[in-house]
Amino acid sequence: MSKNVLVVAEKRNGSLRNVSFEALAAAKEIAAGGKVTAVLFGQGDNADANQLAQYGADQVYLVTNEELNAYSTDAFSQAFTEVFQIINPDAILLGHTALGRDLAPRVAARLGLGLVSDCTAIEVNGDEVVFVRPIYAGKAFQKKRVTDGIIFATIRSNNIAKGEPDAGRTADTIEYKATIKDIRTVIKDVVRKTAGTIDLTEAKIIVSGGRGVKSAEGFNPIRELADALGAAVGASRAACDAGYCDYSMQVGQTGKVVTPDLYIACGISGAVQHLAGMSNSKIIVAINKDPEAPIFKVADYGIVGDLFEVVPMLTEEFKKVPV
Amino acid sequence: MKILVLLKQTFDTEEKIVLSNGKVSEDGVKYVINPYDEYAVEEAVAIKEKHGGEVTVVTIGPSRAEAALRTALAMGADKAIIVDDESVFGDEYMISKVLATVAKRDAYDLILGGYMAVDDGAAQVGPRLAEELGIAHISTITNMEVDGSLVKVEKDVEGDIEIIEVNMPVLVTAQQGLNEPRYPSLPGIMKAKKKPIERLTADDLGLNIEEILSKTEVLEQYLPQQKTAGKILQGELPEQVSELIEALRFEAKVV
Repeated sequence: MSKNVLVVAEKRNGSLRNVSFEALAAAKEIAAGGKVTAVLFGQGDNADANQLAQYGADQVYLVTNEELNAYSTDAFSQAFTEVFQIINPDAILLGHTALGRDLAPRVAARLGLGLVSDCTAIEVNGDEVVFVRPIYAGKAFQKKRVTDGIIFATIRSNNIAKGEPDAGRTADTIEYKATIKDIRTVIKDVVRKTAGTIDLTEAKIIVSGGRGVKSAEGFNPIRELADALGAAVGASRAACDAGYCDYSMQVGQTGKVVTPDLYIACGISGAVQHLAGMSNSKIIVAINKDPEAPIFKVADYGIVGDLFEVVPMLTEEFKKVPV
Repeated sequence: MKILVLLKQTFDTEEKIVLSNGKVSEDGVKYVINPYDEYAVEEAVAIKEKHGGEVTVVTIGPSRAEAALRTALAMGADKAIIVDDESVFGDEYMISKVLATVAKRDAYDLILGGYMAVDDGAAQVGPRLAEELGIAHISTITNMEVDGSLVKVEKDVEGDIEIIEVNMPVLVTAQQGLNEPRYPSLPGIMKAKKKPIERLTADDLGLNIEEILSKTEVLEQYLPQQKTAGKILQGELPEQVSELIEALRFEAKVV
């Protein structure tokens, strides 16, 4: 049976996020001919609506209220609940982003719904929708479904393929003013530490450093290689614990779980908890002095050598013929 | 100030996962406090030490989870609650309903928990519980200060930091970097042995199981395909580097 599917789209740094397009692709599959509605809270415009249409939305709600210009749980959960009641969907999808992780469980509780979070694949068999999700940070997987009520899931970036945009596709665009009151949290300031950097969970390429970088300055060659590749910079727990870098860069079972096309591990031995966070990457390159390092067991290509020699050579080569 | 900490006992992150009969095997596994919950325990104890108050830790789980509660008590929490009843070991919907019932037995000013557990990784229970209790929540915090009934936190938003103020009661979830959890001291461990652990069942809480049944189910669990070790490149370093770049460009086609 066809279903009405609601997708909460999201913008970051002025552009729609890839994971929103991925959610639309999943939504189309779940909808099975039914209507896909994308909702954008805050500063959405017609260009966003067009783009959402090209990726599969049949209808776009641009929900406005000055309280929606920055995320707060109270404002967004009120606006979401209002739109939810208008759309009356059979299924809801969000990205498993900072926003999705915060909003989805809050409104799931408000509406009395089950929620399957952080899904990496979906299987639609007739009326049944089964979600695949990692457990133990990807050391194992589970298949899960909603047994009672509306289907509700958050999906992880970089896993479900977004469709090809169809330039001819359009959607009904509805501008909607939400009623919002009683915001309990006040944002006093925002410190942008990520300006100009690429988000780890959405990056196609990640260059990571471990204990082998030896110091905060030791991350410089890692950053230079990342710049040459247009990649994000990650780190192992050992590097974070040693104070070489910020915890927001940590990849692993504690930290971020990533699935880029290419993961380059530099001076990382490959502790179980780190492997859990990155071993589902498509291609893994390991650079380590110790030929016995466990990282080589999951690497597609390995170079046994000093990262301070190897990494600058890679950077030089990639600079010659840009990616 | 009354503080409640939500805690889950999880596998140590260095454990490998083995399945037996489609379930994750618990044989010989080392258990720890979920690392994110450990930050929450540390923060709660530090707030108590600075501002006074009482810290209660709560878990839902089998009797083995009492070991995690004892560790939290040894770190400085004052008392613990365990809901050890298989009939409530359900999904996040059910767990948060049960926790809400526990939390409503007292008037907590602050509730802290990890933003996710490293086993299920769902990151749902904190926000769900706050909604069940009708209080505000802030997730993934990396710093926290208490000033009377005002709480000032730094929230990690995918690497950016938001500085947020909120009044109690509030629920916050801990992100890595919030603090360095202490190791329980020997006197702490001795004292913890005498601190109370309250053991509760669904009946004790007056729960009607039929009304809070899980809304999701696990159909199957499996291990990912084993990654086979690839190629260790040979030869002089410059040759290896060229070979790697060739391979990434033309074989793997990822750059």
